[in-house]
Amino acid sequence: MSAKGRPEREYRSAQREGSSIYPLAIWKLSRLEIAFWLVPVAAFFLFPKHLTLGSQILITALFAMSLDLILGYARIVSLGHAAFFGLGAYTAGLLAKYGWGEPLSGLLLATAVATLAGLLTSFLVVRGQDLTRLMVTLGIGLMLYEASNQASSITGGVDGLSGVEMGKLFGVFAFGMNGKTAYVYCLVVLFIVFMVARTLVRSPFGLSLRGIREGEKRMPAIGASVPRKLVAVYTVGAGIAGIAGALLAQTTQFVGIDVFAFNRSADLMIMLVLGGTGYLYGGLIGAAVFMLLQSYLSSLNPVYWEFWLGLLLVIIVLFARGGILGGLTALRNKFSRVRE
Amino acid sequence: MLGNLIGVLFDGVAYGSLLFVISIGLSVTMGLMNFINLAHGAFAMLGGYASVMAMSRLGIPFLAALPIAFVVSATAGIVLERTLYRRLYKATHLDQVLFSIGLVFMTIAATTYFFGPQQQPVQLPPFLRGQVHLLGLDFGAYRLFLIGVVVAVTLALTWLIERTRFGAEIRASVDNQQASAGLGINVSRVFTLTFALGSGLAGLGGGLGIDVLGLDPTFPLKYMVYFLLVVAVGGAGTIKGPLFAALILGVFDVAGKYYAPQVGSFIIYVVMVAMLLLFPNGLVGRRA
Repeated sequence: MSAKGRPEREYRSAQREGSSIYPLAIWKLSRLEIAFWLVPVAAFFLFPKHLTLGSQILITALFAMSLDLILGYARIVSLGHAAFFGLGAYTAGLLAKYGWGEPLSGLLLATAVATLAGLLTSFLVVRGQDLTRLMVTLGIGLMLYEASNQASSITGGVDGLSGVEMGKLFGVFAFGMNGKTAYVYCLVVLFIVFMVARTLVRSPFGLSLRGIREGEKRMPAIGASVPRKLVAVYTVGAGIAGIAGALLAQTTQFVGIDVFAFNRSADLMIMLVLGGTGYLYGGLIGAAVFMLLQSYLSSLNPVYWEFWLGLLLVIIVLFARGGILGGLTALRNKFSRVRE
Repeated sequence: MLGNLIGVLFDGVAYGSLLFVISIGLSVTMGLMNFINLAHGAFAMLGGYASVMAMSRLGIPFLAALPIAFVVSATAGIVLERTLYRRLYKATHLDQVLFSIGLVFMTIAATTYFFGPQQQPVQLPPFLRGQVHLLGLDFGAYRLFLIGVVVAVTLALTWLIERTRFGAEIRASVDNQQASAGLGINVSRVFTLTFALGSGLAGLGGGLGIDVLGLDPTFPLKYMVYFLLVVAVGGAGTIKGPLFAALILGVFDVAGKYYAPQVGSFIIYVVMVAMLLLFPNGLVGRRA
């Protein structure tokens, strides 16, 4: 019953929404989604003193969403996604440090660098099986970490890249101490990129990704090239991670070497499974919950925080596989079945 | 210059031997249970702490502390396999990765809580300190000892797997679980015992390695890549593959740090990615 009901419902909802060719078709958002996006807008007015944390959450949410494309939709287990985040951050940071302080063009260039790196490494990643992919992504991340550590004359090494001077957004809004410009900037970029990604996963390309996820061996039978699709989604995911990294560099006006750290990739994965993989919104919710918990718990004691984090992961894997959104979806399905 | 080269090779082989002892258990879990266990280093760390505690608190000599490290880690392996790991044999690789990262985080935090974040010291017995003169060259006594232990462990493991009934059961379970179960092999018991053996060897390696690798709470994360690398490059489920891979890795790492210190660990990651691309299934593929 449920096995038959689900695809049918998905098909109907896909028909209703249609696959829009306009990536920013806001009128296609459901009421629930609009309510979701009103939360960060409300937070801007309600918590004017916590806008810095707010921007961090928005950036991390974007980063988590980029991993969701790779992990949730293409099932590539990556332990080195921070590589692209870091590339974006260093590109934006270095541009601004050496006189190119205009934010939007810096953001675009950083995205281009991360996308290119994603494209080049994607060929290495899609070749192997899970273990090989895991090792290759991990290796690329560690390689970049070591490289930026050694090239300290350019990157500042372990001290980080300081002296990043950002220009005004549109020549009007300065990135000031109150963090208002940074917050709005991050929120708008997050929303635009999210809408593009949302359109992407609902397009025929997104459907073929879902096909690969459900049955990789059967996809060639209907004429779909699996490696090519994986290369494409990996590249897009890398580019979006680069955007997130660039946002961090631009809004904090600093790049630390920890942008490449393994812990960043691992934490990201935790946020994503906490929120739920394969919904796009899972990454956003997971990042928000994770960051709020972290800022509360690690102020008590950072060592304990790591312990609870580990325990949380083990519990999610053993008992709550779908994460927050998976649980909510299961609840909704239960209720709608009762109504039927 | 030549003496230098031999010295670097020797140190590399000793370092690689150590990596082999720790990683061989991981190779077995991956080959036998198809389980990606990122927490394998935690068993090595447990063995390390067990031997340090045995020496400092109970006054047990170094050589006698090594079997204790083995037993403690093997026991922890049995308990965790029975309670947690076996639930995830059929799970996706993503779940296994997440679960074992969770374990790593918990171990690091718990170890810091109990023992503090500092490096643990080890007092080697006098006959293992200093240099040994052989053929006009100086060799570190402890490194010779390490190589000796690894030769012994490799011979014992090969004997166990190739010559004993238990070894035959392991090989049968690796090749085909269902057929083995049908033939009356208690596959679940084989899994538990091999997991315990692998964890125990990791613990032994952890105890042996304090002098070379150091020992602090971040140990499982710091060396995770190396252990995974030995298995991924060598090929899971064999003894020969990880042995070759560990030796290659050890020599390259030591040589890289000796001849090109400014590049640091960069070399090892390049070698790793290159090897993985050349041999996606490992150096020594398992017989089908």
